[in-house]
Formats: sequence, C-alpha cells, structure tokens
Amino acid sequence: MKILVCVKRVPFTGGKMVLAADSRSLETRHLGFTISPHEECGVEEAVRIIEASGGESVVVTLGPPEAVEQLRDAMALGIDRAIHLQTDGDEWDGEATADAITAAIRAEEASGQFDLIFFGNESADACGFQVGLRVAYALGRPCVTGLKGVKLEGSSVRCEQDTGAGRDVYVVPLPAVVTVKEGLNLPRYPSVPGRMRAARKPVSMQTPARPEQSLNLEELSVPGGPGRQTKLLGHGGAAAPAVVEMLRDIGVA
Amino acid sequence: MTVLVLVEDGEPSQQTLTLARTWSDSLHSVRMDAVTPFAPDAIAAIVQRAADALSAAAVFAAGTDRGNDVMARVAARTGLPFAANCIAATAGEVVEVTRQRWGGSLLEKSLMMTVRPLLTTAPYAFRAAEGFTTIAVDVQRYIDELDPKDLVVRVAEHIDPPGGGVSLAEAKVVVSGGRGVGSKEGFAIIEELAGLLGGRVGCSRVVTSAGWRPHSDQVGQTGTKISPDLYIACGISGATQHMAGCKGAKKILAINADPQAPIMSLADYSVVGDLKEVVPAISAEIRKRR
Ligand SMILES: Cc1cc2nc3c(=O)[nH]c(=O)nc-3n(C[C@H](O)[C@H](O)[C@H](O)COP(=O)(O)OP(=O)(O)OC[C@H]3O[C@@H](n4cnc5c(N)ncnc54)[C@H](O)[C@@H]3O)c2cc1C
Ligand SMILES: Nc1ncnc2c1ncn2[C@@H]1O[C@H](COP(=O)(O)O)[C@@H](O)[C@H]1O
Repeated sequence: MKILVCVKRVPFTGGKMVLAADSRSLETRHLGFTISPHEECGVEEAVRIIEASGGESVVVTLGPPEAVEQLRDAMALGIDRAIHLQTDGDEWDGEATADAITAAIRAEEASGQFDLIFFGNESADACGFQVGLRVAYALGRPCVTGLKGVKLEGSSVRCEQDTGAGRDVYVVPLPAVVTVKEGLNLPRYPSVPGRMRAARKPVSMQTPARPEQSLNLEELSVPGGPGRQTKLLGHGGAAAPAVVEMLRDIGVA
Repeated sequence: MTVLVLVEDGEPSQQTLTLARTWSDSLHSVRMDAVTPFAPDAIAAIVQRAADALSAAAVFAAGTDRGNDVMARVAARTGLPFAANCIAATAGEVVEVTRQRWGGSLLEKSLMMTVRPLLTTAPYAFRAAEGFTTIAVDVQRYIDELDPKDLVVRVAEHIDPPGGGVSLAEAKVVVSGGRGVGSKEGFAIIEELAGLLGGRVGCSRVVTSAGWRPHSDQVGQTGTKISPDLYIACGISGATQHMAGCKGAKKILAINADPQAPIMSLADYSVVGDLKEVVPAISAEIRKRR
C-alpha cells in the first residue's frame, strides 16, 4: 500500500476573526497554526492502514515555508515522509491548488502509484469543497466525498457517508481518492518519540509557480452576527430561579 | 439568458432559486435523482451537457453535501471555476461573488473570471423568496448516452440510522458541555438537564478529541450545525469554529466560570459560575416547580 494525505496549514483562530490591515487575510501574529480536523482524520486513517497492511504513507502540502510544521506534525503521528510545495504565502484558488498537487502526484508516481489519496472534505479556511475532486478527475480516479467510514476490501475501498438519515455506502476500485470528515476516527496524540522521529523524516521541496487564478480573492469581512444582547442572569447556583423563569418565558420549561 | 439549477430532494431550494432569479427569469433544472441510486459523476455529466445545450450563463445548486459534491465534479470535468456557499453573486463579464469561509465565520468577496460560474448557495444564510418554479430539462438522452465510467461511483447500499430519539440537528433544546465539564463522567449533570428539557446533549471539539463524547455530539464547523430554540453552552469558551455550529439557535444561554470568555458576550443570557454547581441547581429548580 502507498497512501497520500493532503493537508493545508491554517491559523488556529480563537473567539474572534481579526483581519489584517489590507482585509485580504487574517491577522495571525498572535495565533498558532493547525490543519483541518477533517485532514487530521485523513492522517490518522492513513497511518492506521499502513500500520495494518504495510507500505508507505506520504503527506503533501502547498503552502508557505512555515507549513513544514504541519508536515512534521503529520509525520509525528506516523506518516513516513513529506512533500512540500512551497509558496510565498499567497492564496491559491482550488483549481491552481489541485493542478499543483496533481503535478506532484504524477511526478511521485514514477516510483509507484498511490493506492489511496486522502483529502479533507473541505479546507478549514477556504471551504472550497473541490480540491480533492479536481485532483481525482485529473488522475482519472473514482472519488467519494465526505466520508465517515473508509475500509479497504481487497482491491476496492468501502466508503460510508453520513447523510443525517443513516449512511450511504459506496464501493469503488483502487486506486481511488477519498475526502473525509471529522468523526472518521479518533486521531491519536503525537508522542515524544514520534516527534523526535518526525524531525529526521525526509521532506522533499518544490516551488511550483502560481498560475493565473480564476477565483480571485478581493476582500474578507467578518459577518455581522445576530447582534445578541447578553443578559446576565446571576452568579452560581443562586441564578437557578432566574434561569428557570427565562426557560418558562421562552417556552422550553 | 438562461441559468441551470440542480435540484435535490424533489423540491428545489427556494434559497437557491432566489439567487438564481437575480440572474435570469429563465430557470431550468436538472434533478439529482435523475439517476438512481445516486451516482454523482453521472449527474455531473448530465449537468455539463444540459448547461452546454442551454448555453447556461451559470449553474446553481444548494450548498448541501451533495450540492457541493456534484458541483465540484462539474467544475473538475469542465475546468470551470466553482464558488461554494455563496450569499451573493452578480452577473457580468467578471462575476462578483460573496461566499462563506470558515464555515460562515468569515465572508470572502471574490472575482470569478469565467463565462459560466458554478455556484452553490449557503443554506439559511440569506432570506429566500417563495414560489419560484423551474422548467425541467429533458435529460433522457443524456442518461442513455452516459459513459459507464460515470457510474463507478454509485450508492450501493443504504444503512438506516440506529433510531431512537430526535437527532442533534433537529432537537429543540441542546445542552452542550465543553472542556469545563472536565471528564466523561462530568456529563451526567449535562444529560440530566437535557433530559428534563426534552433536549439532546451536545459538546465542543475538545470533548470529542478527549474521547468523552462521540463525534456525533459535536457542534460546530466540523461537527453538526444546529438551530434549536434554546442552546445551553456549559464550560464552552465560544471559539469561532464552535459558534459556526450554534449561531442559528434562537436563544443561547452560556454558563461559564470566566465572565470574559467570548461566549459570555455572544449569548442572549449568561450565568457566571462553576457549571458543576449551576447546572444541578437549574435541574433542581425545574424539578421543584413541577
Ligand atoms: C478548523 C477547525 C475546526 C474546528 N471545529 C470545531 C467544531 O466543530 N466544534 C468545536 O467545538 N470546536 C471546533 N474547533 C475547536 C475550537 O477552535 C476550540 O478549540 C474549541 O471549540 C474549544 O472547546 P471548549 O470551549 O470546550 O474549550 P476551551 O476553549 O478550553 O474553553 C473551556 C471553557 O470552559 C470554562 N470553564 C472551565 N471550567 C469551568 C467550570 N467548572 N464551570 C464553568 N466554566 C468552566 C472556561 O472558562 C472556558 O471558557 C475547531 C478548530 C479548528 C481549527
Ligand atoms: N494548500 C493545500 N495543500 C494541500 N492540500 C490542500 C490545500 N488546499 C486544499 N487541500 C486539500 O483539499 C481539501 C479540500 O480543500 P478545499 O477545496 O479548499 O475545501 C483540503 O481538506 C485538503 O485536504
């Protein structure tokens, strides 16, 4: 088995979205960085499959030099090696991202095909819902999206989607592309030895050129919320009568 | 000028038609159940041919799991740009769209350079008009001429839900616990209050990551999006990714030890205190008054 996982570095925003001065990106000076929980589940699943059946797992990201941190994080969980498609930090649209990842996969597959390629169902920040499918089409491979269950069955993969009213099951032949959602599994935490091993695992670096974009980001804005006015009902257990009054007023108790 | 709309579940999404109507009075539609069991590549192939035949100026769908899935497939096979979860899109040589990022916590204004933008509309994000109808495209010929490879990805089986009780997405009351609950066992008091209010238990991502609750209980950007009459958040700080899942609630009550926690100014009602004291006191008060 040879498996690829695609992850994207994003800021770990807290209670508030704060824009940079040019309103084209988030102010990230005081923030940590992470990847989407969906992608974390993709990493975990890839590691589990290789642990069970042997082979090699690879992680790829298209992102700025600092995105090597997210590659190391994935390797700390057990991914074997990484490919870094390095950018200057500018936003790439879904099509350009998919093209760069497809080119990297084609080059990599000179030394053996990926049986399975994992994507997140959507990236944490852009939420474009498309890079995985674009890569799958370019490679001419079947793709099933939004999976909460991925099970290898011989030369095919059984895919389960949560529809809100049960599960839809698809069975597609390998090689295949899957996009997954959080809840697929419960990812492990990185161990100290895992982190130490990750520091020594290979990262190959390429610098693709940013092509013309067909979806050009102009400006970001923070949506006006429902503008709730917060009413303090009290402190500690003594607030209970006021809470129950409120529950009665709104008709739930 | 005419536009094509992808219809899921029988009835077209009025929200999607509302945006599509700002482009054209001539709305044509293709149904996602044109091929059953569901085969997303086949629907994408049909949409591509129908859009070509109509010279559609744009293709619209609702930003549901299937809407975004099929539209991305249309994008991949045609090389057209796709903007997911839009709340606005103005026609023109350059198409200006406003779309949701971060599960709706941030908006992006973008310019699309294309002759045929592919657009999905963000569910519940803007007011829908009523009563718009569409002209069904006759797709039989496109079905007859489907390439077998477009039927490889196809629903092979459906598994019914375990059943029992109302789902988190549909519950009228949701009582959620976050890191402040402290442990798996700590959820007993959350369950008790939810039970008394006929509601469901929810939680934050910290809780599911720790294994205290299953992911099916998680509210948020990568969990379930809910819009109950009342959301009670206990020991939850109010991170944007959590609020992305519960901001549709009619009323929010936050119970938190820290009056400065973000949720304490995002809620309608707040109680400052230790949830281990406040939550049982509320349950006791409800019992007392019955
Ligand atoms: C891409 C992405 C997607 C994400 N998706 C989700 C998602 O779907 N859902 C989600 O929830 N999160 C999501 N997160 C994580 C999110 O950013 C926060 O980390 C998470 O919501 C925090 O959970 P919390 O509020 O329980 O914990 P914390 O932020 O640690 O807050 C705990 C709160 O409990 C209070 N507290 C502590 N003890 C007590 C006590 N005894 N009594 C009362 N109050 C107490 C504290 O004052 C604090 O406010 C996502 C993050 C990313 C990057
Ligand atoms: N810059 C990137 N580098 C690597 N993978 C990416 C990148 N952007 C998106 N992806 C992958 O594609 C998925 C879907 O992204 P999107 O289409 O932006 O929602 C993500 O969850 C990732 O798995």
